[in-house]
Amino acid sequence: MDLYRLTIHELREMLRKGDVSSRDITKSVFSRIRDVESEIGAFITLMEQEGLDFSDEADKRIKEGKTGELTGIPLAIKDNICIKGVKTTCGSKMLENYRPPYDGTVIEKVRKNTPIFVGKTNMDEFAMGSSTETSYFGVTHNPWDLERVPGGSSGGSASAVAADECIGALGSDTGGSIRQPAAFCGIVGLKPTYGRVSRFGLVAFASSLDQIGTLTKDVRDCAILLTVISGYDSLDSTSIDVEVQDYERNLDGGVNGLKIGVPKEYFAGGIDPAVEKAVWGALMELEKLGATYKEVSLPHSDYALAAYYLIAPAETSSNLARYDGVKYGYRTSGAEGLMNMYVKTRSEGFGQEVKRRIILGTYALSAGYYDAYYKKASQVRTLVKRDFEEGFKECDVMLTPTVPTPAFKIGEKVGTPLQMYFTDIFTIPANLAGIPGISIPCGFNKDELPIGVQLLGRHFDEARLLQVAHAFEQNTDYHLKKPVIRSVKNKN
Amino acid sequence: MVVKLGKEEVEKVAELARLDLIEFEKDIFGGQLNTILDYFDKLKEIEISEVEPTSHVSVQRNVFREDQAVSAFSKNDLLQNSPDSKKGCFRVPKIIE
Repeated sequence: MDLYRLTIHELREMLRKGDVSSRDITKSVFSRIRDVESEIGAFITLMEQEGLDFSDEADKRIKEGKTGELTGIPLAIKDNICIKGVKTTCGSKMLENYRPPYDGTVIEKVRKNTPIFVGKTNMDEFAMGSSTETSYFGVTHNPWDLERVPGGSSGGSASAVAADECIGALGSDTGGSIRQPAAFCGIVGLKPTYGRVSRFGLVAFASSLDQIGTLTKDVRDCAILLTVISGYDSLDSTSIDVEVQDYERNLDGGVNGLKIGVPKEYFAGGIDPAVEKAVWGALMELEKLGATYKEVSLPHSDYALAAYYLIAPAETSSNLARYDGVKYGYRTSGAEGLMNMYVKTRSEGFGQEVKRRIILGTYALSAGYYDAYYKKASQVRTLVKRDFEEGFKECDVMLTPTVPTPAFKIGEKVGTPLQMYFTDIFTIPANLAGIPGISIPCGFNKDELPIGVQLLGRHFDEARLLQVAHAFEQNTDYHLKKPVIRSVKNKN
Repeated sequence: MVVKLGKEEVEKVAELARLDLIEFEKDIFGGQLNTILDYFDKLKEIEISEVEPTSHVSVQRNVFREDQAVSAFSKNDLLQNSPDSKKGCFRVPKIIE
């Protein structure tokens, strides 16, 4: 049996019964990586030796009966989440050799379960992008079609899960960076409520929007991982002290009597017909299972994208001011004087998309433009948040497409940033409002590219999102389909 | 299309952000940023001067802790990532002539 193909919960069961060792699983995953990684390019750093060492430790713990939910399970971590002593590059030349002296809080929480860290996954530079093409370390390919992008910015994590190069993964989502690649790669991706998961040890991009979340092969795995990483953390003052539920135990709530809201603005046009069909199909399936649905309105949806692309770059320009070549990160060689060192370091260390956003953000915050841009965007944010508050008076969850189209071709949108930004149009509002969202597989187009449906919930209502997603998954088999990885060369 | 960000303005903003763009970047950024800024004009469609801005979604509150020293990183741990250090300090190019 190919162990690498299995899920967290399947392997957990086998490990507990003693049917398999963590070392076997880890070896299976690394042999899979050797087979497909040259086609996929999901990782920036692989941790094979550490992984095998960890697996022996995990096997020892299992023998002693001291198991956690993730004991012995190989996980991949997006390269903007700090693991002590392991390169954390953020997909940037600026942090090419940065080794954090500490674990991020999510890593500390996961580590208590003695999992295996397989490696650090590729991402758009500083998580800025929707295709993983802005990484300094090269592009990642979509396992379903190697000529297409995996989405982004957590494209490495999504590809690694879809190609079975790990069992589950962590990513981060600032405007859709977990849900969009999950949809493009045919897997489950959850962005929790802002404040549900500590951001300590996540390299900052736009701090009021960033949130760490999960990328997994199915909904049960999502619930397991979320339960482990959630909770208040005194090291992140924006994390919120709300009780952490056992999301896995609560999975079987079903959808009987559930009220689903369908925001009409999301279906106003511009959606690929195959996506629209698959998403309506998902709604019909949920209705069959006992849910009802009604149209709701989020009237300011049309302004959310513009507001986001002012707020996120504004926060970026401030957050990325710290990269000055002094305390850590890249420093230019041959600068004349301190100011010249700052300027050359930043100009050489950042890639184009990061520079574009720093300039956009600096402009939006600069004297004379602040009111017209940043302030106005923040007011729109209030309206987007209120839209959801009103909308959720009429329904329990909302259902939308995750992305308007399936995965696009590598290179297709690189030259037109605004077109790239538009791929986040359905995922961005959740970040602006701070609500949770999950993308689950709901179909394929005629080219066998996966399609995702997004469920949005009230603040801290992850349990309900997972129940709905689980009910859908139990009655469909989209999540069980696996890509056949062909090399680009063989296809031509 | 009204050019909002000319080449000179791009240069000025880049300077504020401590970036030195090469000619090619100035040209493409100028064009791309204007397309993006034009799209942002959408926001002018709505009259919202009375709406409170939201800079953060969660309830804003101060988080206090006791004023007690806690152990942090060792000097060596922190200097390890520094591009240049000497005698336990970060070293930077000369500031004062």
